[in-house]
Amino acid sequence: MIALLIRDIRLAVRAGGGFGLGLAFFLIVVALVPFGVGPQSALLAKIAAGILWLGALLACLLSLDRIFALDWEDGSLDLLATAPVPMEAAVSVKAFAHWLTTGLPLVLAAPVFGLLLNLPGPGYGPLVVSLLLGTPALSVIGTFGAALTVGIKRGGLLLSLLVLPLYVPTLIFGAEVARRGAEEMAYHTPLLMLAGITCGAIALLPFASAAVLRVNLR
Amino acid sequence: MELNVSELAVARGGVPVLEGVSFSVSAGEALVLRGPNGCGKTTLLRTVAGLQPALSGVIGLEREAMAYAGHSDGIKAVLSVRENLQFWADVFGTGTIDPALAAFDLHGLIDRPAGALSAGQKRRLGLARMVVTGRPVWVLDEPTVSLDMDAVAMFAGAVRTHLAGGGLALMATHIDLGLDEARVLDMRPFKAKAPSIDDFDGAFL
Repeated sequence: MIALLIRDIRLAVRAGGGFGLGLAFFLIVVALVPFGVGPQSALLAKIAAGILWLGALLACLLSLDRIFALDWEDGSLDLLATAPVPMEAAVSVKAFAHWLTTGLPLVLAAPVFGLLLNLPGPGYGPLVVSLLLGTPALSVIGTFGAALTVGIKRGGLLLSLLVLPLYVPTLIFGAEVARRGAEEMAYHTPLLMLAGITCGAIALLPFASAAVLRVNLR
Repeated sequence: MELNVSELAVARGGVPVLEGVSFSVSAGEALVLRGPNGCGKTTLLRTVAGLQPALSGVIGLEREAMAYAGHSDGIKAVLSVRENLQFWADVFGTGTIDPALAAFDLHGLIDRPAGALSAGQKRRLGLARMVVTGRPVWVLDEPTVSLDMDAVAMFAGAVRTHLAGGGLALMATHIDLGLDEARVLDMRPFKAKAPSIDDFDGAFL
C-alpha cells in the first residue's frame, strides 16, 4: 500500500503528472477575481473567504479525472484489482495521494493567496484550519466520482457534473468557517459540521468507490 | 495445486459467449486456449482471473492464486523499468526483481523510462511482472503480441521455469510457442447458444 502511495506521488510529480496544475489554477482564479469585482478593497475583504474556498474546490476538481483514468487506460487498474491489496485500501490510498499532491499544497498556499484578496487579519487561522479539514473530503468524494466515470472516454465533464453537487455541504460549512473567522465571530459549530462531513466521507465512501470500480472493471 | 474449471459460462457486455467450459490444469502443466477472434478467450481468462463474475459454473481456485496479464501491460511511461517492476514486487510482497529482469533480459534497460521502450520491450517488461508476482497460476492473454522470435523463446523459457517450479499457466495465443508439453483446448465447441440473461442484470439490457 505504501508502494502504491509512493508510485502515485511519483507519477504526479513527474512530467505530465499534473502536480502544481491545481495550485496554478487556484492562483489564477484568485488573481482574476479582483479584476472582475473592481478595485474595492472593502468588498474584496468581505467575499475573500468564499472566493478562496471556491477556488480551492475548483482546483481540486481539475485533477480528479487522473485518479483512475490513466490507470484504466494502461491496464494497471486490472492488475491492481488482481493484486493482494483490497480494493477499498487501494481506493483510499489513491484518494490520500490525491490529497497530498493537490489538497495539501492548496492549504499551504491559501494564506498567501488570501493576501491577494485582502482577507482580514483574524481570518487566516480559520481559513487554513477549514481547508485542512475540508480538502480531504473533496479528495475522497472526488475519488468516488472518478470511480463512477472510469472507462468513459473524456469523462471529465460528466465527472464535474456528478461531483460538484456532492461538494456543496463541504463548501457551505468550510466557507462559513472561513467567513466567520474573518468577521471575528465564533466558528466552532460549522467547524464541527465540516469535520463530521469529512470523517463520514472518509469512513464510508471508499467502500462505495471500491464497489463501483469492481462493477466498472467487468 | 490444481486448477479445476467446471461447466463455466461467461458473458461479455451482457451477451453469453461461452458455456459449459470444463478443463483442469495441474501443477507443472500449461494449457493453451485456441479459437477465432471474438470467441471469448479474453472473457474466459478475465473470469478465471476474478476480474468479472461467471454466469454459472465453478472455478476451483481462489483469485489470490492468479496472476493476470492482459492486452495492455500496465506500464507507466514516466517511471523507469526498475521503478515499474519494483512497484509490482512491493505490491505483491515478493520484493526482488532480479529473477524477472534476468528472465526477460531487461538488465540493460533498467534505468530507461518505460515510455522510451519499443513495443516489444514494453511487452517483455509486462511479462516480467508475472515473474515478480510470485503467484502459482499465470493467466496470460495473447502474451506474445509484438515479441520477436528471440523474445518468444525467452517467454517460453520463463514459462518453463515457472512450470518446473510447480506453477501452472493458462494462456490464449495464436502462435506456436515451442512449448511442446502444453496442451491445447479449442474453444469453438463451447460457443454459447442461449442468448438471453434472465436475472437482475438482464432487466437493464
